[in-house]
Amino acid sequence: MAKPIWIARDATACSGCRRCELACSMRHEGWMWPEASRVRVFMPFPGLEVPHLCAQCQDYPCVKSCPVQALSTDGNGAVLVDREKCTSCGACIRACPGTVPYLHPGDNKATICDLCGGDPECVKVCTEAGYNSLMLVNEGPNIHKKLYSRDPVEVARDLAIKFFGEKGEEVIE
Amino acid sequence: MTPGGYAGKWLDVDLTKESISDTVFPAETLEQYFGGRGMAAKILWDRVGKRWSRLDPLSPGNILIFATGPMTGIYPGARICVSGKSPTNNSVIGSTAATELPVELRGAGYDGVIFTGKADKPVYLQVTDYGAELKDAGHLWGLDGEKTLIKLNREVREDLRKKKPNLGLWKEPGSMYIGPAGENMVRHAAVMAKICHAAGYGGYGAVMGSKNLKAVVAKSRGVFPRVDAPETVKLLWRKAHHDLMAVTQFRRWGTGSFYYNCGASTSSEPIRNWQEEWHDEVSTGVNRYMDRYWVKTKWADFNCTTGCMKVSCIKAGRWKGDITDVPDYELQAYCGTNLGIFDTGENIHISTLMDKLGHSGINCPNTMGYAAELYQRGILTEGDIGFKLEWGDTEAFDRLAHMIAHREGIGDILAEGTYRAAYRIAEVKGLQPEELLKYAVHVKGIEVGAHGTRSDKDYTHDMCYSASVQGGDHTSTVTDGYSDMSGALFFDCAVYCTFTSRGPSQQLQFDFAKAVTGFPITLHSWRSVNGPRIITLQKAMLLMGGPDLTWVPVKDDVNPPRFYEPLPSGPHKGKITDKDRVEIRTQAYFQTLGWDERGVPKKETLVKLGLADLEPAMAKYRV
Repeated sequence: MAKPIWIARDATACSGCRRCELACSMRHEGWMWPEASRVRVFMPFPGLEVPHLCAQCQDYPCVKSCPVQALSTDGNGAVLVDREKCTSCGACIRACPGTVPYLHPGDNKATICDLCGGDPECVKVCTEAGYNSLMLVNEGPNIHKKLYSRDPVEVARDLAIKFFGEKGEEVIE
Repeated sequence: MTPGGYAGKWLDVDLTKESISDTVFPAETLEQYFGGRGMAAKILWDRVGKRWSRLDPLSPGNILIFATGPMTGIYPGARICVSGKSPTNNSVIGSTAATELPVELRGAGYDGVIFTGKADKPVYLQVTDYGAELKDAGHLWGLDGEKTLIKLNREVREDLRKKKPNLGLWKEPGSMYIGPAGENMVRHAAVMAKICHAAGYGGYGAVMGSKNLKAVVAKSRGVFPRVDAPETVKLLWRKAHHDLMAVTQFRRWGTGSFYYNCGASTSSEPIRNWQEEWHDEVSTGVNRYMDRYWVKTKWADFNCTTGCMKVSCIKAGRWKGDITDVPDYELQAYCGTNLGIFDTGENIHISTLMDKLGHSGINCPNTMGYAAELYQRGILTEGDIGFKLEWGDTEAFDRLAHMIAHREGIGDILAEGTYRAAYRIAEVKGLQPEELLKYAVHVKGIEVGAHGTRSDKDYTHDMCYSASVQGGDHTSTVTDGYSDMSGALFFDCAVYCTFTSRGPSQQLQFDFAKAVTGFPITLHSWRSVNGPRIITLQKAMLLMGGPDLTWVPVKDDVNPPRFYEPLPSGPHKGKITDKDRVEIRTQAYFQTLGWDERGVPKKETLVKLGLADLEPAMAKYRV
C-alpha cells in the first residue's frame, strides 16, 4: 500500500559527489546519465552544492498546468509523467516555482522525480555515504514542501552567506 | 567499433588557424595506452617525434592535451589528465586534477582535447552538445582564478539558456582555467579547477598562457559512454564505494591531519626549505581547521565517497574572505611549514593566494622557500627582493607570490622555478651554480612533494623521487620499485583519483577496467607490458629533453643534496637518506624495466614493447 513520503533535503550537507544522479539514472535509464537524473546537483560556486528535485507541492501547479493531462500524482505523492501524452510544451517547467522539471535529453519529454515508487535510489546512496543531504520521511501534504521548490542559484546565494559571510555576496554573478 | 568506456572521439584544436576537428584513435592504440598519461605520451611522441629536443615547451609548436580515460566518471573519483611537453622537466608529466570537466567532455562525445598553435588573442574553448567553439576571453585575461570561474559559470549558463531556452535549467559547466601565473608563463604554473583544485606538476598552466588559452569549459546533456559489461560494472561500482567508505580517517580529515603528523610523527615535512623536517607544533593540528575554518566537512568530487575535501573559509580578521579547501597536506606543508608558517589561518591565506594566482601550491612555495633560504644566508638581500623575506612573514610571502605571478623584479627569476632560478641567481651574483644548487630541493626540474626521505618513516624512501620519470612528483613515486609506479601510472591512464584507488583492492580495479573496456587487461598484463611501455616512452622523452636543458643519465638521477644533510632535530636527528640503498634499488628498478645500468632503455626492451622507433634516439644515450 503506497503511503505519502517525502525526500527531506539539506543543501548544506550535500557533498557534491553526484552519486544521487548516477543512482537515479541507473534506475530510470539503465546506465549512468547525470543529465537524465531526476535529481540534479547544481554547483554555482564550489562548496555551494544544491540538490534540485521535485518537492511535491501540495497544490501541484505542474499537474494543473499541463494542457494535455499528461501529469498525475500517485499514492506516494509523486508526480508521474505519461510520456505518450506529453507534447514537450514546457508548461510544467514554467509552472514550477523552482523550475524543477526539464525536457529529457533523450526523448525530450518532461522529466520529474517519481520517488522510485516509494524507495528512492538517491536517498539510499546519500544516506549510505553518511552525507544525509537527502533523507526519506513519512510525511503527508504540508505547505512547507513547496518552499523547497526553488531556483538552485538562489538557494546557493543563501548558502554562500551562511558559509562565507560577507564574502558570500561576491561568489555568484 | 569504439571499445567500452570510450566516448570515441578527441577534439583537435589548432589555435593558430582557429580550426577544430575530430580525431579518432584506433582501438589497438587505446588498448595499448588506455587513456590519460599513456595516451598523452603516445600522442606527443607520434606528433613531435624526432623534433622533441628542439621543441620549446612554451612555443606555439607544443601540444597541450586534456585527456580522460575509459574509467573516468564511472569508477569513483573523476579526474582529468593535463599533459604536453613540460616547461619544468622538458619531458611528459601526466598532471591530474579533480573537476567535472572530463565528465562533461565525455557526455559531449569526447575523450580528450588536443591543442596546438597559439591564439592571436586570449580565448577559451567551449564544448557543448551543439559543438566546440573558441570564444573571446579578453574580459577574463588578468582575472584571478576565483573571478574567472564566477564569470565563466554565469556566461556559459546564460549562453546555453539562450541557445535552448525551453529545456529547463542548465547546470553550470565543468571547467579548467589559468590565473595570472599561467598567463605570465610562470614555468611551474598550474591548470586550475573549482577554485582550489589544480593540475599542479608539469607547468601546463604556463603552456596554456603561451597559447593565449584562458580556459576550457564543457557542458553536455549526453549519456556516459557505454561499457562492455554494464551489470558487472554496476556491481563493482557499489563494491568500490563500499570499500571507500571504510577508509574512515580519510573521510574525516582528508589529508588535513598531516600538517601536524608529518612533522611530529614521521618527521618528513619540509620546514624552512627542508632545513628541518620535524616539529611538534600543536597549532598546526587538524582540529584547529575543523573548529575555526571548515564550513563544510564532507566535500567530494564527482562520484566520490572518500570525500577528502573540506571547505575552509576565513570569516574574520586580516584575511577575511579567503576560501579554499582543507587545505590539503601538500599546501599545508608548502604554504605553511616550508615558509616557517605554523598557523592554520595564515596557511589558508597563502593556499588561497596560490589558488587565485594560479600557482602550483607545491612548486611555487618551494621556490619561495628557496629564495627565503638564500635571504637567510645573505645571498639574496633586501635590495634584491625589495623587502625583508623572513621565515613566517605571511605578508612578505604574499608579496613575493604576486611578484612571481606577474614576473616583477626578483619574481621574474623565481618564476623560472627553483632549478633554473638557481642558475640565474648564480649568474647575477657571480657565484658557481653548485653553490646555489645545494639548497635547491628539486629532482630533474620538479620541486619535490612534501614528503621527505631522510627519516624513512613516511611512504617515501631512498630512490622514490630520483628514479622517477616525473622527478619530484610525490603522486608518482617509485617508492617500492616498479609496483607503486605501476599503480600510479594506471590511475593516471584510466584517469581516476589516487585516493579512490585506496580502499578497493587492485584486483577490483583491474576487474573494473576489464568490465568497462572489454580489453583482456589484468594486473599482470598492465605490470608487464602496458605500464612499462608508457614509462619507457616517458623516460625516452625525458632523456631527449631540450632545448634549454637536458638531464644527464646518472648525474641527474639523484636526490637533492639536502636529502644527504643529517636531520638537525627531532627523534630522527642525524639521519640521512641511505645513498647505498638508493644505488642498489635504482639498479633493481632499471633492471625490472629493461633499462641499462644508466637508465637508458635497452634496444631489446624497445623492440619487445613495440617502441622500436625510439631506438635511433636512444642509441645516442648509451655509452
